[in-house]
Amino acid sequence: MKTMTRKTTTVAALAGAALLMTGCELPIGIETEQTGYRGLGMEQVTKRHLEAMKRSGMEIPEPERPAAAAGPRAGDIYENVKVLGDLNISEFNRLMNAITAWVAPEEGCNYCHTPGNFADEDVYTKIVSRRMLEMTYTINNEWTAHVGETGVTCYTCHMGNPVPENIWYEDSGIKHAGGLAASRMGQNLAGSNVASTSLPNDVFTPFLQGDGPQNIRVTPRTALPMGDNPYNLVDAEWVHGLMIHFSKALGANCTTCHNTNNFPEWQTSPPQRVTAWQGIEMVRALNNQYLNPLQPEYPDYRLGPTGDAPKTNCATCHNGFQLPLDRAQMLKDYPELNRVIHRGDEPAAATSAAAEPAGDAEGEAVEG
Amino acid sequence: MSMLSFEKRYRVRGGTLIGGDLFDFWVGPFYVGFFGVLTAFFALLGTLLIVWGAAMGPTWNIWQISINPPDLSYGLGFAPLAEGGLWQMITICALGAFVSWALRQAEIARKLGMGLHIPIAFSVAVFAYFTLVVIRPVLLGAWGHGFPYGIMSHLDWVSNTGYQFLHFHYNPAHMLAIAFFFTTALALSLHGGLILSATNPKKGEPVKTPEYEDTFFRDVVGYSIGALGIHRLGLFLALSAAFWSAVCIVISGPFWTQSWPEWWNWWLDLPIWA
Repeated sequence: MKTMTRKTTTVAALAGAALLMTGCELPIGIETEQTGYRGLGMEQVTKRHLEAMKRSGMEIPEPERPAAAAGPRAGDIYENVKVLGDLNISEFNRLMNAITAWVAPEEGCNYCHTPGNFADEDVYTKIVSRRMLEMTYTINNEWTAHVGETGVTCYTCHMGNPVPENIWYEDSGIKHAGGLAASRMGQNLAGSNVASTSLPNDVFTPFLQGDGPQNIRVTPRTALPMGDNPYNLVDAEWVHGLMIHFSKALGANCTTCHNTNNFPEWQTSPPQRVTAWQGIEMVRALNNQYLNPLQPEYPDYRLGPTGDAPKTNCATCHNGFQLPLDRAQMLKDYPELNRVIHRGDEPAAATSAAAEPAGDAEGEAVEG
Repeated sequence: MSMLSFEKRYRVRGGTLIGGDLFDFWVGPFYVGFFGVLTAFFALLGTLLIVWGAAMGPTWNIWQISINPPDLSYGLGFAPLAEGGLWQMITICALGAFVSWALRQAEIARKLGMGLHIPIAFSVAVFAYFTLVVIRPVLLGAWGHGFPYGIMSHLDWVSNTGYQFLHFHYNPAHMLAIAFFFTTALALSLHGGLILSATNPKKGEPVKTPEYEDTFFRDVVGYSIGALGIHRLGLFLALSAAFWSAVCIVISGPFWTQSWPEWWNWWLDLPIWA
């Protein structure tokens, strides 16, 4: 009897240990990076095979052959060219080819254009992509504090997909039990936005859009939530959820931007935190000025469960890399993207003037 | 401290693991032994090295003194003394002192003809430290993954290392370790309370026997583990706490590089509902 018990225990212990190990990675091919003063645990540990797997699906397209330097303005030749009118037709066609390869490689020109009538404005994707060109210009010219010299192209987010893989919609609320179990406070659901934690799921709606986005810096300066310190533990949980999204979106961890000795302290934070702060401001601005206002343009099937437009967060561009596209420098091969005629923040301009003659776009022409 | 009258007959020569009669004597109440000398040597040297490091450092504030391991770039090699080399030597001293202390316990146990439960139990704590400063750094390829020797700075290391995995409370071995630490405290408080309640009766009442103790817990929870069993349980709980602590840190990095919450995706991905 006693040997039986002992055998059972041994088998159970071995099976348990085996089960635990199958959930883990092998301790091989380890790379480590130190991001702070020695010995403080500010590090990033990665595995070579996991990094290779992350990169396996990613292809950086070869640059299109350079365009001829001279030629008639596209705005003078083609009809309804509103934001790319300053390019010569060689540059214009080069960029159109590139965009097709970046965004709609399978669907081709007809993804945005009516076959036989490229000037037609009936396809919603044409309206959206025109606005996206302006957005790309804004990112590369007004948000260099975040995107640096690398900048972005359509491919940074689209990577060959008509709709980028990582976008977000407002949460429609969750189906749940009634009665006392009815209120989940938007959490406890192992959401993929927050790396399967129990933290609040829809961390984008309050922080990454709107006129008065919720404050991210909620570290209290007094012991109790009182006076000018309204923040409490719940606020911290929302922020923690958002920060987990940041980490996952960048393939990074908390110590990439923070010395967790003191999260709010800028002086002890790695410089990446400043870039990240600019990124937060940028994402808010892009959602407010470009993506949300496009809502009326989309067909229903492109809208979220609450009828909102698709929006951007960190993962849209970063796709799991601290430097999007794993440092690929694509913008430098496409100076055309920096010669978009920017028509201001109002997207209404994009839709109202369908019948105007080519090249007569309102707003100011900007040279790249 | 004076020696109790009956202690003398237990103080016998022999039973040493190494060195025969060398240092096989007592100083006051303390058994010295070869490993006692070794412990004292390593402890003194290590402490002096810490003081030296503090003297070279920016502060004498006891909370802020910190002896840090080398940069990761030194890998598993030696670093200059002022740039982590001291940490390496202090680590050697610490392990030397801890292991000598365990062996001294073993020698005393052998002299008394007792089991080796105490040195084995102490070895589990040493194993946890060894995991932190040797096994994990070796698996990750650099001594710089060890924790710094400082009252506040080692807490910074704990915090930052935890946040490398976004939310350390989802580490399954950390969960087990915490559960065992808490359960150890629960078991010890129940046991301590029980023994004191049995041995401190009202004035005039006799001290209560183990039967009372067993009956108390049978009445409360329907079961008593017994006078010997509680000590087996206590040792198991306490050693499990230290063991799973070691596991929870050695798997963080070498065996898992992503966020700990996502380790649990195997549950979400079970074919039953996925």
